[in-house]
Amino acid sequence: MPYGPHTDADRQRMLAALGIDHVDELFADIPPALRATALDLPPPEPELELSRRLASLANRNLTDLASFLGAGVYRHWTPAAVDQILLRGEWYTAYTPYQPEVSQGTLQSIYEYQSLVAELMALDVVSASHYDGAAATAEAALMACRQTRRRRVLLSHAVHPHYRETLRTYFGHGLEVDEIPVVGDGAAGPGSVDLAALERLLAESDRPVAGVVVAQPNFYGLLEPMARIGELAHAAGALFVAVVEPVSLAVLAPPGAYGADIAAGEGQPLGIAPQFGGPYLGLLASTDALVRQIPGRLVGMTTDLDGKRAYVMTLRAREQDIRRDRAASNICTNQALLALAASVYLATIGPHGLRDVAALGAARATELEDALAAAGAPRLHPGPYLNEFAIRVPDARAVHRRLLERGVLAGLVLADVEPDDPALTDALLVCATEVTTGEEIDRFADALSAELGRAPAARARVAAEVR
Amino acid sequence: MVPTDLRYTKDHEWVRADGDQATIGITQYAADQLGDIVFVDLPEAGRSVDQFATFGVVESVKAVSDLFAPVAGEIVEANPALAGKPELVNREPYAAGWMLRVRLADPKQLDELLEPAAYDALIAEA
Amino acid sequence: MGVVGERLQPSLFERSRPGRGDGKIPHPPRDALERIPPEARRAAGPALPELNEPEVVRHYVNLSQLNFAIDTGFYPLGSCTMKFNPKLNEWAARLPGFAFLHPLAPDEAAQGTLQLLWELERALAEIGGMQEVTLQPAAGAQGELTGILMIRAYHRSRGEGERTEVLVPDSSHGTNPATATMAGFRTITIPSAADGGVDVEAFRAALGPRTAAVMITNPSTLGLFEKRIGELLDAVHQAGALAYMDGANLNAILGRFKPGAAGFDAMHFNVHKTFSTPHGGGGPGAGPVGVGEALLPFLPSPRVLHEPDGTFRLERPGERPTSIGRLRSFVGNTGVLVRAYAYIRAHGGSGLRQVSDDAVLAANYLKHLVEGAYEIPYDRPCKHEFVASASSLHKRTGVRTLDIAKRLIDYGFHPPTIYFPLIVDEAMLIEPTETESVDTLDAFAAALIAIAGEAEADPALVTGAPHSAPVRRLDEATAARQPNLRWRPMTGAQMPCPD
Repeated sequence: MPYGPHTDADRQRMLAALGIDHVDELFADIPPALRATALDLPPPEPELELSRRLASLANRNLTDLASFLGAGVYRHWTPAAVDQILLRGEWYTAYTPYQPEVSQGTLQSIYEYQSLVAELMALDVVSASHYDGAAATAEAALMACRQTRRRRVLLSHAVHPHYRETLRTYFGHGLEVDEIPVVGDGAAGPGSVDLAALERLLAESDRPVAGVVVAQPNFYGLLEPMARIGELAHAAGALFVAVVEPVSLAVLAPPGAYGADIAAGEGQPLGIAPQFGGPYLGLLASTDALVRQIPGRLVGMTTDLDGKRAYVMTLRAREQDIRRDRAASNICTNQALLALAASVYLATIGPHGLRDVAALGAARATELEDALAAAGAPRLHPGPYLNEFAIRVPDARAVHRRLLERGVLAGLVLADVEPDDPALTDALLVCATEVTTGEEIDRFADALSAELGRAPAARARVAAEVR
Repeated sequence: MVPTDLRYTKDHEWVRADGDQATIGITQYAADQLGDIVFVDLPEAGRSVDQFATFGVVESVKAVSDLFAPVAGEIVEANPALAGKPELVNREPYAAGWMLRVRLADPKQLDELLEPAAYDALIAEA
Repeated sequence: MGVVGERLQPSLFERSRPGRGDGKIPHPPRDALERIPPEARRAAGPALPELNEPEVVRHYVNLSQLNFAIDTGFYPLGSCTMKFNPKLNEWAARLPGFAFLHPLAPDEAAQGTLQLLWELERALAEIGGMQEVTLQPAAGAQGELTGILMIRAYHRSRGEGERTEVLVPDSSHGTNPATATMAGFRTITIPSAADGGVDVEAFRAALGPRTAAVMITNPSTLGLFEKRIGELLDAVHQAGALAYMDGANLNAILGRFKPGAAGFDAMHFNVHKTFSTPHGGGGPGAGPVGVGEALLPFLPSPRVLHEPDGTFRLERPGERPTSIGRLRSFVGNTGVLVRAYAYIRAHGGSGLRQVSDDAVLAANYLKHLVEGAYEIPYDRPCKHEFVASASSLHKRTGVRTLDIAKRLIDYGFHPPTIYFPLIVDEAMLIEPTETESVDTLDAFAAALIAIAGEAEADPALVTGAPHSAPVRRLDEATAARQPNLRWRPMTGAQMPCPD
């Protein structure tokens, strides 16, 4: 028992107090036919050996790569302060703050998180967190249905494929999802939402639309005409749901500025490591008008009996433990510690730092675009992007595998996540962030040149400015 | 003693008839049981409610309860003051804390409700 | 309102001074954003606070000290299993090979993590007596949704889509009925029997051709093992329905009862309870779901597959068309699962059984100590937690369970879960876990008994508690009537649109 305090004498003392001889007597109420006898698991492992096993498993993963893989999860530099704070037991070994008098730290930190994200989003109400960007997007779509009392949601095909699948899973009963196609050509530019198709879908008068869900930047890294999409949605009486990436909001128009009623997104870029899928941070925000529809915990500022400022979970009657089968959602456990990570990240890096992260990523991406184009892999879509874009590469899957052998993770093979889309057969989705180095770009471009039979090109380097 | 000019339901709503209209609210007992009321969700004017059907929801800090219509009718008005001051239901449940005014569909339905003495007996038992 | 408590902290926003916070990130070239169309750009930067690192660290360290936590004291929250969170597990999850692995990395770059996940699936299947396990659900409630969606898919696959009802006992967690609603089912609540157990006869009467599933927590939320679980499971299956087990209370029965072997068709594991991953102030958790044969085809995708050549890989999109699909992005809360894996390996089969033995022994011992000062409404051996009631104390003194809970804070303990389950008047649900010493259990019982005495002698002392916490009781009514959910002297909401 590595973490148990009881000696045999302690156990005897407790048994004696209960007047029994053996702990088995406390399990006598399990029907004999249903009793288990033992667990067929490996024997206990002392910490010294277990730590070696864990390190050995970790070392079998290849993480020391020049990586250009994003697709919803991004490499960023995280100030050392973030994890130092998170490692305080007062944060990570506390429970949900149901007893506010002994949870003011957690409660104030959540209130501040709500405030920081509200500011980034330019919206009013921020849920204390959801599981991830996909679940938050599904909850946003359900909110739109509850608020409008309509049953149909229009979902852009250029939202992350995992988010689309998740939304469909959540919408399995009586609610409808129609996909808005992306244009292959036309004014809005290939790879972004087909506005004409959106207008047609909104015009089906016998099937009113609850919400229009569009990502900015979209899954292919492209910027969508969000203000126009919002106008179309609102003209049809639908709510507008924006799926956003939080670092980009330092430089891109926030959802509140282009009329979004609800914003959802993945908070992982705010100081959270990739960790092969989670735990991440589902961002969910809305206008004040939707405060009673937003699922998940909310913390409000109030006072104590002496008039001191204090914080408490509020509007609790929306939640499952009180409203049971009529709750806004079944969510209980959320991602509070990751919300704390995001807050410490934002507090440490500040508004100017966040802008620099976004802008430096864009600059590195420009450099990457030029280098890859020179190596023979031009962009797939011509429209504007921030720091992620698709490139056209002949025999993309094979090239991707060979580049991995050269220590380059050449982004995402788009056909691996969208196997049925012929436009994506020979395409890679690549990104750059502030941690991408010129040397990594050189490695990628040189390796790609070699694969595609081109001579490596000399490249201009974007130098970070020192001011 | 509860007000003697009202009729009551087992679910602790009261109704006051006034010509072809009636005013509906919840009793002091119900408000006390719920504690601090923080939100009252009421339907819009123009909609109709059936007798004993739910017409809304009342929330306190840590509880939520359905509201049942003592009588059927078309909703003439929902108390606009409750949106900003739900605490009126705690303070003056029979006056400023009223919830709905309806046009009575069938005044005979009033006869199906509890007399004040019967309601008093009901809450004395609880 | 201002900050007047001596330990309370001003908000991050009040600490902000323009011009602070430079030096972490290199400045980008000035033209970095020129290729972004003006209409897509933000007109003015977000008004986030401008701080420097020492201030940020002090802010959060001081805030942390306003929290009660397992690392600071005894936290007997019933149904939450607040056991010690091993430090090795924090170290392991932060190993660069685990932490910096991208979830869409090619399988060959992820063999270590994939092996760990596969081994964890096998271990959980053995613990639950289930055939297979999905690690995808992010929390227990999402595990419930996964299970109920699989059950819906199962009935539909058999042409029995008319099964639209889910039965739950009245002692169930709120997540059970909320989950049933999310999956499109109607919840039927079945009252408990007088002994606190499931009322098998009442369930039998409610079971029928419309029943899709029964959701049962075992041991129940009263901390009692459902003695008639075998009968109930038979009745459920005879009616053509499936049985789902809420695994919140698994810490009581490790190595003693395997739900799948006993006949449950699906269950979730709350790894942040049973397997010690930190609660994090509300999350994250992970809610793996185990299934028996009936539900195998419907497991969410992607699954972790072990190939004949010994390598591991993730299922590819569309590879198993019977799947209910995804519940979230990527494979799951892997960082949480690394910790759960470490916990299970540290204990092994024998150690996990000892965990439950000690947790159950501690709960019964504590119940024995407080009996007399409080009522024990269901007086038989409990499992890992028990319900005590302050009902008669309340009637005599006016002191409520809420007051006792707040007074415990003055004694240095976190209060137990209160007013749950809903079926017990003035309930306290107390779960000591296996990682608390006998001395701690004795001290906690002494505090509860002392408070019962205070309630008789000086009730105002108890109803005015806590007296030693950073704040006194809060005005929760105003918080809900006029919600203040964000710091307002910021500019974002009022900022002009860029168009």
